[in-house]
Amino acid sequence: MSGSEATIQRAIIVERILPHPPEKIWHVLTTSKLISEWLMPNDFQPVVGHCFNFRTKPIGNWNGIVHCEVLECEPPRRLRYSWVGGSDDNAEYGSRLDSVVTWTLTPVEGGTRLYMEHDGFGPGNEFAYEAMSGGWARIAGKIGELAANLG
Amino acid sequence: MIDSANVTTLMKTLADPTRRTVYERIIRKGEATVGELVKGSQVSQPAISQHLRALRDAGLVSEERKGRQVFYRPQPAGLTPLVDWIGHYNEFWRERFDRIEKLLKEMDQ
Repeated sequence: MSGSEATIQRAIIVERILPHPPEKIWHVLTTSKLISEWLMPNDFQPVVGHCFNFRTKPIGNWNGIVHCEVLECEPPRRLRYSWVGGSDDNAEYGSRLDSVVTWTLTPVEGGTRLYMEHDGFGPGNEFAYEAMSGGWARIAGKIGELAANLG
Repeated sequence: MIDSANVTTLMKTLADPTRRTVYERIIRKGEATVGELVKGSQVSQPAISQHLRALRDAGLVSEERKGRQVFYRPQPAGLTPLVDWIGHYNEFWRERFDRIEKLLKEMDQ
């Protein structure tokens, strides 16, 4: 860890402008066979309430199965699914994670802005987001400052 | 690397709002004694002491005894497993975006 970058985030956000129409990207994000090409083998269906799995390499006490449920599905704009997996016994990757992945597609000139938010990193998942962003974000900021001061 | 603390331990340790407040106050002050932490808090000394033990065991604060006083200081390195964990996923998703891009390009051909 390089000291000055010791800020903790709660969510991972990746955003990219792609030179393709939203419909085409939506197809890649919601077709099981295609998802297995870019993400993981799965039994996804673009239906709200559908429960499915992603399967990856087992790590430690985790069998490598991510348990998911489609929470929102609004073609070709927004897709949201829960992402639960990992084991308490694993450190880092493969650690227990109770989270939500949200995909948002916005048409822009010459293509689509693809925005992904994977939310649920950070302590106290059971608390309301407001409580978290108040408490945890403030701690994160302080830790960042502190680490920066330590050089 | 602190061997005892993993992501789950850190999450559990910081999931308690009172404990998080104690941790936050230590960070803000740079160092604090139990007495200082009890003052201006609704929480009893035994409870504060218990939270401090949990924070210390998770590697989030250090403890130094000077005479009759015990000073607690934040240990930024204690958060390393959390930072690393998030870093792993960050990399994971960036790489998946690359694959999406590649796949979209291939579909054009």
